[in-house]
Amino acid sequence: MSGTAEAAPGAARAVGTRLPPPRPRVAWLLAASGFLFGAAVLGVLVGPVHIGVGAILRATASHLPFVHVSSTLSRAEDAIVFELRLPRVVLGALVGAMLAGCGAAFQGAFRNPLADPYLLGTAAGAGLGATMVVAYAPADTRAALVPVAAFVGAAGAVAVAYAIGRSAGGRGPVSLVLAGVVVASFFTALQTFVQQQNVDTVEEVYSWILGRLTTAGWTDVLIILPYAAATSVVLVLCGRLLDVLAVGDEEAASLGIDVRRIRLIVIVAATAGTAAAVAVSGLIGFVGIIVPHTIRLLAGGSYRALLPLSLLVGAGFIVLADVIARTVLAPAELPIGVVTAFFGAPFFALVLRRSLVTAT
Amino acid sequence: MNAVELRSLSVRLGDATVVRDVSATVEEGAWVGLIGPNGAGKTTALRAIAGLVCYAGSVAVGGEEVARLGRTRVARLVALVPQEPVIPEDMHVADYVLLGRTPHLAAFARESDHDLETAGAALERLDLLAFARRRLGSLSGGERQRAVLARALAQEAPILLLDEPTAALDVGRQQQVLELVDGLRRERGLTVVSAMHDLTLAGQFADHLLLLDGGRLVAAGEAAEVLTEELVATHYGASVRIVADPELGVVVVPARALAEADL
Repeated sequence: MSGTAEAAPGAARAVGTRLPPPRPRVAWLLAASGFLFGAAVLGVLVGPVHIGVGAILRATASHLPFVHVSSTLSRAEDAIVFELRLPRVVLGALVGAMLAGCGAAFQGAFRNPLADPYLLGTAAGAGLGATMVVAYAPADTRAALVPVAAFVGAAGAVAVAYAIGRSAGGRGPVSLVLAGVVVASFFTALQTFVQQQNVDTVEEVYSWILGRLTTAGWTDVLIILPYAAATSVVLVLCGRLLDVLAVGDEEAASLGIDVRRIRLIVIVAATAGTAAAVAVSGLIGFVGIIVPHTIRLLAGGSYRALLPLSLLVGAGFIVLADVIARTVLAPAELPIGVVTAFFGAPFFALVLRRSLVTAT
Repeated sequence: MNAVELRSLSVRLGDATVVRDVSATVEEGAWVGLIGPNGAGKTTALRAIAGLVCYAGSVAVGGEEVARLGRTRVARLVALVPQEPVIPEDMHVADYVLLGRTPHLAAFARESDHDLETAGAALERLDLLAFARRRLGSLSGGERQRAVLARALAQEAPILLLDEPTAALDVGRQQQVLELVDGLRRERGLTVVSAMHDLTLAGQFADHLLLLDGGRLVAAGEAAEVLTEELVATHYGASVRIVADPELGVVVVPARALAEADL
């Protein structure tokens, strides 16, 4: 049809009605970036040792090449800011971006508003993989092997949860989540077994399971960074295709899409992102539910806006949750998973209610 | 030239043969109505033309066998409006209509200005510009139906398949939607194949009717030839009176004597 005689008047008429390009509105992107920046500033400033904004700015400038400003921070203060707080903020941001972005991606790929890396069993699968490496692999190979093993475990968990969900209850949103709970319980049981069997590493595993950014240093950031970058790029590129999947498999196919291939690409990317996040931070739940659903309410349901905004807001959200986790009971620290569950579980109940109301 | 050509089309879904040995042709620019009782195979026949089910026999679209065309090529030739489209409630109407451009885009490409213009024109044609930033979930049934049609129009496929396009609409909306489709067909030279429930409307809008029953094609022709009291009684199990009106064409009226109703 394109290029026929009818198209010419249609195109001429259309000049006045050209749609705005379907990317996220700049205002939302700015707001999300501002939120992340604000959270990051708070994350660097807040701590038992008071260090002022001005001093931190001067010190930052002094670390830059070609800038000749001398830092007013003592050597200890400098280490607190640049070796403790900053890597922790960056790590939290990367983990949060992954959990929220991958949550949104799973929701799109499964067309299920309740899909979340934590609830699908992905996190538990990644946990099992990582624990096995900690328990059985030689110490010097662990850092490299943990993300890979976490990915294998996570992919296995998603596949099993999806298979059980499909065979048990069709395509309803709740059956997939119940299957995820089953898979998570089973993988957690296996993990506990491996962990108790290897008493010498139990402490290392434990601190990791509770969900923590505490031992964060630049090493952890470097482990997750390549995965986070690759996953972000793939997910943002797939935004338009996830929108097509939103009209269901059959209609997506009638629009010329290879549904199974797209779904596979998105799930592999989201599983890799989740696994990388879990490998460095342990199990942090509900971020993948809270963040995407809040953005849907504010900025609409298109995945082209949802994915980049989820990455940004998720990053800010975890940095903020981490600030709460280390200040509420200061000087003691709350596991960050506790903070996200505290806000996330009630929120999840609301989303569950809404999805059940629309499903019936 | 024939836009759609079915030769000995059969479709099996699971253990059931849902369409059996159907042969028919649809001329370019024509409107063909598929009628028949529930379960006659109308929807499945449409899905076969759209390349969404495996079939035996032959389905040619624009002279090419659907099963041998790639998914994207089929989507450029055939736009399908399903009976119950999946409505992503949170999606904005403009984004939804833009989905119709999918077959014209490479996998990870973004829409060009031409795509945005085509989708904008489709929105305008269906009087939806004011709704562009609304969520689909906030639209009424008739508005949603127009959004789905706008998406199909943005697809710029020369063949439009409609599965019960008026099933969920009141009588006024039914007429409006069908008039709209007819207007689009004339403007753009579209070929329309629609499964239809309402026999009178089917006769009024389609040039040619195909009556299916049990997956077989049992009658084909103009409204006056297919909508007869005998054929409707045999295949629908319905008692109807056919009124041939010089202005309105063939009117199919359910027959129930008033005296019986009082008993």
